[in-house]
Amino acid sequence: MNSQKTLTRFKAAVIVLALSGLLGGCATSGNPKDPIEGFNRAMFAFNEGLDTVLIKPVAQGYDTALPTPVKTGVTNFFGNIADLFIGLNNLLQGKAGQAVSDLGRVAINSTIGILGLFDVATEAGLEKHEEDFGQTFGRWGMGDGAYVVIPVFGPRTVRDTAGLVLDVAVDPVGNVDHVATRNSLLALRMIDTRADLLPADKVIEEAALDKYSYVRDGYLQRRRNLVHDGNPPRDID
Amino acid sequence: MKYLLGLLAACLFSATSIAADVAPDVLVKNVTTEVLDVVRKDRDIQNGNSKKTLELVETKILPHFNFQRMVQLAMGREGRKATPEQLKTLTDEFRNLLVRTYSKALTEFRNQEITYKPLKMAATDTDVKVRTEIKQSGGKPVALDYYLEKSPAGWKVYDVEVGGVSLITNYRTTFGQEIQNNGVDGLIRILQAKNKTGEASGSAK
Repeated sequence: MNSQKTLTRFKAAVIVLALSGLLGGCATSGNPKDPIEGFNRAMFAFNEGLDTVLIKPVAQGYDTALPTPVKTGVTNFFGNIADLFIGLNNLLQGKAGQAVSDLGRVAINSTIGILGLFDVATEAGLEKHEEDFGQTFGRWGMGDGAYVVIPVFGPRTVRDTAGLVLDVAVDPVGNVDHVATRNSLLALRMIDTRADLLPADKVIEEAALDKYSYVRDGYLQRRRNLVHDGNPPRDID
Repeated sequence: MKYLLGLLAACLFSATSIAADVAPDVLVKNVTTEVLDVVRKDRDIQNGNSKKTLELVETKILPHFNFQRMVQLAMGREGRKATPEQLKTLTDEFRNLLVRTYSKALTEFRNQEITYKPLKMAATDTDVKVRTEIKQSGGKPVALDYYLEKSPAGWKVYDVEVGGVSLITNYRTTFGQEIQNNGVDGLIRILQAKNKTGEASGSAK
């Protein structure tokens, strides 16, 4: 009950922020990929704030406190669960061979790899893939649409937001019935993912003239690359 | 005398042809291996001595980069508005920015293992993509690709892609907008300001 209330309050805060972003939306620079830049910038600032005060410090603590094999085990554990869902998406994209390999990975890592803590499958030559519903929609020919920054989840496009809804709906971790276990697992996964991104974060700070647009353009390039499985048509002019 | 000149010419010619003869994938592998070896051994660099890292990048990596091509790629169409003097300043500033970014990436990712993919290339090709991969524990390997073009002084890198994100064209929208709003000089000012804060935080370490 109490957590319900906090959630409602959190939602209200997000909506207020979103509205203030929309009002400030007049300051857009006319980028066709980013028609709601004002809103997005406000949301990006909100996410950055949340990261600075909460997520990043916890991730840093996690990163320094735990030995590397433990952190790798955590990443592998969640990676193994994700492989199920990556296999499903490969199947939906008609890539049967890759789907079989993904399911093979799950079978090997869940058993020999002790519940997914060790990624034995990669050593055995079954390469890990990266798929989600946003990519599946892209593969099916859906355009990516406008760029949107979602609270907490971060950069997406309209297509990837639709994908995200399905990603969350079928996420095995999010579907664990026991609430305390589910929340702990979700938090651990988030912190572990964030900790893995700490080095990249420093490089981006060094490189970006304007972090918002650097992250946006990087995200759009990255997604385009993923939808084409690493071989997008190259455009130079 | 003529004979000596001929000999000298032959020596010079063979010297440049040696540089041009190193295949692009071999070049990438040699430079990466050499630089990572230094970084992994040097305690100063690992502890964040940015001056030493910058020096390493400057002497070992930069000679193989074509910065003028990079800055033109980053500016896209808007780049045509730049005068030759502006282009020179832009190239210098962009070079400084990339050097610092590259140095940072090198120290942060020094412990990752890199694998080199076989190169698909015809003998007559003058523009190639050399593909490498960074292994990550628990994740899909990240592609690290170099685009090189052949020049009289050997192969030169003109674009670097990490996981499909070009570190050069990722600036295009920002650069283009800045040129449209505040002209080429506006872009130069922004780059200079960024490099100043970067230098300040680097030397404070």
